[in-house]
Amino acid sequence: MSNKKTPLSTWTRRDVLKASAASTAIAGAPMFFSRHAYGADFLNNPGDGKTVTLGFNVPQSGAYADEGADELRAFELAVEHLNGGGDGGMLNTMQPGNLKGNGILGKKVEYVTGDTQTKSDAARASAKRMIEKDGVVMVSGGSSSGVAIAVQGLCQEAGIIFMAGLTHSNDTTGKDKKANGFRHFFNGYMSGAALGPVLEKAYGKDRRAYHLTADYTWGWTQEQSIQASTENIGWTTEQKVLTPVGAGDFSQYITPILNSDADTLILNHYGKDMINSLTQAVQFGLRDKSVNGKDFQIIVPLYSRLMAQGAAENVKGIYGSTNWHWSLQDEGSKAFVKSFGAKFGNPPSQAAHTCYVQTLLYADAAERAGTFEPCQIAKALEGHKFDGMGNGPTEYRAEDHQCFKDVLVVKGKENPSSQFDLLEIVEVTPRAQVEYAPDHEMFAGGDLGSCNNGA
Amino acid sequence: MDAILLQILNGLDKGAAYALIALGLTLVFGTLGVVNFAHGAIFMLGAFCAVTFNRVLSMSTKVRDESVTLFEAFKEVPILTTKFPVVGPVILDYAVPLSLLVAIPIMLLLGFAMERGLIRHFYKRPHADQILVTFGLAIILQEIIKHYFGANPIPQSAPAAFAGSANISAYFGVGENIIYPWWRLIYLAFSVFIISCVFAFLHLTTFGMVVRAGMQDREMVGMLGINIQRRFSIVFGMAAVVAGMAGVMYTPILPPDYHMGMDFLVLSFVVVVVGGMGSLGGAVAAGFLLGILQSFASMNEVKSIIPGIDQIIIYLVAVVVLLVLPRGLLGRKGVMED
Repeated sequence: MSNKKTPLSTWTRRDVLKASAASTAIAGAPMFFSRHAYGADFLNNPGDGKTVTLGFNVPQSGAYADEGADELRAFELAVEHLNGGGDGGMLNTMQPGNLKGNGILGKKVEYVTGDTQTKSDAARASAKRMIEKDGVVMVSGGSSSGVAIAVQGLCQEAGIIFMAGLTHSNDTTGKDKKANGFRHFFNGYMSGAALGPVLEKAYGKDRRAYHLTADYTWGWTQEQSIQASTENIGWTTEQKVLTPVGAGDFSQYITPILNSDADTLILNHYGKDMINSLTQAVQFGLRDKSVNGKDFQIIVPLYSRLMAQGAAENVKGIYGSTNWHWSLQDEGSKAFVKSFGAKFGNPPSQAAHTCYVQTLLYADAAERAGTFEPCQIAKALEGHKFDGMGNGPTEYRAEDHQCFKDVLVVKGKENPSSQFDLLEIVEVTPRAQVEYAPDHEMFAGGDLGSCNNGA
Repeated sequence: MDAILLQILNGLDKGAAYALIALGLTLVFGTLGVVNFAHGAIFMLGAFCAVTFNRVLSMSTKVRDESVTLFEAFKEVPILTTKFPVVGPVILDYAVPLSLLVAIPIMLLLGFAMERGLIRHFYKRPHADQILVTFGLAIILQEIIKHYFGANPIPQSAPAAFAGSANISAYFGVGENIIYPWWRLIYLAFSVFIISCVFAFLHLTTFGMVVRAGMQDREMVGMLGINIQRRFSIVFGMAAVVAGMAGVMYTPILPPDYHMGMDFLVLSFVVVVVGGMGSLGGAVAAGFLLGILQSFASMNEVKSIIPGIDQIIIYLVAVVVLLVLPRGLLGRKGVMED
């Protein structure tokens, strides 16, 4: 018979007691070390804290830095208004309005900022830091659709609401849509749908279009949208040329246009690329050219005032579309422009407008939901109808989290009266004209999936 | 035919810009042995000399737009045009070429300051240290410009007389419909003139002869009692002036922004390497060659055969040239070789 003992048999009563105490301590540890652990049914729950933190992720360097700076100003103003500062801006015009200027759900709003550098990897790293280190309950910002789609995906994985800033690609609420992501800004399809009839009226049904397109998601979907809308009015597409983002000198892409049969150039460029390509197209005499008895025309489907300032004289008479413009005379726009103008001395850009509105919409949804829980906020935003925010009656469609509202068709002003008076509104295209089915072919292939609380 | 001629013209025009920057880079490398990554920033600073000069000339009185009450909107009326109604508008119109007069002394001083204040301390340090310090300097300079001028490009107009396009076909009877912007043609001519001046200076003056001798054998020239170091400092200033002038004249073609130097720097380094490190003729030849190749690679006919070739052609050619001619097109033996 062997004297060898089984391991269990070596345990004494004292060992068992020690092990029990250790197990209890380990099991209880998260409750001591994790803040508000008992109420942590979603990520970054502010619990009974007196503040709540929002994350604003914008380009503070790189090609869109000026736009990013304007977005940050808008976020700062939105937080000031949410906390009861200033004149309240759109809090006074928002309908229905649940915001009282006492923060969100009674908690003072604080914010952190990040620099996307207009690069997807930098934007994701910055958003990750905000979520993991700063404990933000919501991430917002732009510009660039590539960045927005990347950050939207990260927020979905983490379980945080993403309120997109300036992103115009169809894919943001199309094939790359996410249950945790919401877009107030319009998209390429809407630009095409709004521009088509105006272009037909201005330039007729018989035109040959030549596209120069930024080689990334936004450029591709805008090109597709504008091609569809112009072909719908009878135009033909002569050539589509992809250009590298940030090319600087576009002359080698412009010279072939001179020898083509095209009579219209469509610049699917934004920001610095648009300023450079438009300036160079004008230098090459395209606007003085006549093809098949027609004056050559240039179209910039997505305009912004900041870009128009960069392109100076060259924007005169050129058609495009925009999400919002400071000269709108509705009460919401006037309230926002007044607050922004008084604080910063200049009118807000469309990027600033969409960021300001998104922050207020998030806060309003949290108030209506009575919680910061992402899925409850998403539920409050889905199908939400509102007005008084500068775009007329607007709806956050539940199926794809895209806002539907009127779209502005604008034209470079011939005789500006001031340094900000660069675009004139040609038409306010009604929502019905730019609306599309959730399963439209340009938006197909994606799935919202289910909301993630990050618990 | 027209398309090919247009792309050649476009390539020459692009190549002129590459060649001008690469020429300065090669001058500095050939004389001082420094790989100057801040050279692109000097090009950018030249462009911003034009922007600043234009802003000074355009100092305005503000006429308030009374219809806007929510913030201060105004239209600017340049003081120069109201005080001097005849000459004022002309000076404003020619602001870009006139800014050369300001840019030349500024860039010369800046070049001296950079060389005496910073770069000379790195002559005997490894190339990696030189690259790090000059790259750091470039980043600092571009961040300063971004702070004061913003990130958006700032358009500068060519004089009205040269703002349109020239009908080359009508002037020279070549092709049928070759139209090219006047200012780009002027830039091409300006580049050829500056490159010729640099070559003439180096080959037809005593100073240039000493510099070329120093490039060949620095120690021997020193032993002859010539202060070659001082001459090399002047060459650094000269390279800064060439880059600065290139920047000034490029502003009507590409609205300047704080990052424009960095955009050109990488391509210019490829030009220098393809041309042959330290070879002035090689830098110029490679600049024009790569400009033309890049232009042709962007033609729709070429891109339909090899998609994306326009974005890689320069690097592809660099690889092929260095495989066949490891010292570059006109590289000298012993340069950057241990």
